[in-house]
Amino acid sequence: MYKDSNLAVSRWHVFRGERHVLRGLGFSLTAGRCLQLVGDNGSGKTTLLRSIAGLVPREEGELRWGDVPVDDFATLHAELAYLGHDPPLKADLSGRENVQFAVAVRGARSAATLTARVEAGLQRVGALGFCDRPVRTLSAGQRRRIAFAALRAFEVPLWLMDEPATHLDVVGCELLRQLIDEHLDAGGIVIAATHQDLGLAPHRLQRLALEEVRAS
Amino acid sequence: MSVVFTILQRDLLLAWRRTAQVLQPLAFFIVVTLLFPLGYTPELAQLRQIAPGVLWVAALLASMLALESLFRDDAADGTLEQFVLSGQPLAALLFGKTVAHWLLTGLPLAVVAPLIGVALGVPSAAMPGIICALCLGTVSLSLIGAIGAGLTLGVRRGGVLASLLTLPLAVPVLVFGARATELSIAGGSPAGALYLLAALMVLGLTLAPLAAAAAVRIGVE
Repeated sequence: MYKDSNLAVSRWHVFRGERHVLRGLGFSLTAGRCLQLVGDNGSGKTTLLRSIAGLVPREEGELRWGDVPVDDFATLHAELAYLGHDPPLKADLSGRENVQFAVAVRGARSAATLTARVEAGLQRVGALGFCDRPVRTLSAGQRRRIAFAALRAFEVPLWLMDEPATHLDVVGCELLRQLIDEHLDAGGIVIAATHQDLGLAPHRLQRLALEEVRAS
Repeated sequence: MSVVFTILQRDLLLAWRRTAQVLQPLAFFIVVTLLFPLGYTPELAQLRQIAPGVLWVAALLASMLALESLFRDDAADGTLEQFVLSGQPLAALLFGKTVAHWLLTGLPLAVVAPLIGVALGVPSAAMPGIICALCLGTVSLSLIGAIGAGLTLGVRRGGVLASLLTLPLAVPVLVFGARATELSIAGGSPAGALYLLAALMVLGLTLAPLAAAAAVRIGVE
């Protein structure tokens, strides 16, 4: 599905709040591979994800997507999905409405494909039973499933996930593993900041340990 | 263009689920304007003289009050961040939000203006001019407000700061809005002031979404 995707980051340097958070960082990922970020609290896992998404400006460094250097993040945004600590859901809308709007905002497509993708996503994460209730009434784990449904329905090659396993039960963690596995099967790329064992085949998994940058 | 409608639809649906919050600025506008006949004088001839100022200062304050809710909820639950990452022009998405915001907090002011007018002794012949002026003026206020709300995203309890940033920019709207109202009440033609209000609105429509988008980008960092 996304056969030609590949991502390379080099000399990555992010400076925030009078502190070097990341310095001289580099990695590359080809289609079907997952990068797991590990490191202590404050080692810059979230900052790395957010700077790759373009939410946090980088001081220096090059990001290549599909062998083309990315200067304008607007083009990369159409290819990536970022899932932060808290699922970005509206409490007053139902789970289904949340997914519908999230997908619709990302671009004009026919109503039929939109509905099909939303339904497929909700079904895949096993949310059909509770997706018509307002998100306000859902548990933290159920909200995360709704967020996964949206992520899947976006149909973009690059997933950036910050602590995706939070609030998930055993079944939920297995679901997360399957979703990542399926995404990698399709040629997608995943960068996930988590200490949880993702249970992926070793040839698919790269690990990157982040350390706090010493002041110098 | 269709993303603008998507956002519009979403925000109106959200407002429908939370009617009480949406009605607050309107209720504020009605209460403040109705305090004048009680607190100043019940004499209609005198009220008629201060009516333009009362209507427009109250409209301005009501729109400042509404400002806080424009981006706050979306910023808090991470939706705004997703907008930035959506691959769609952020200015278009924020424009959709601003239009929804105007429909919910600006337009109702123009709709209730005739009722307020009666309480302030405004002759019924002046109503069309006043409604026109409020319609045009509140669009500008919502657009200017979007810039202020965007700039204060990162500030905790930034409601007052947003108002302080926005009020100076809103002065031309206040001046020409009050002038159009005054002319309407005096029986003259408000056309000149209305044209200027319309010009301000067009200026806001073209530039404010871009400025708001730049502000929000910084805000979500």
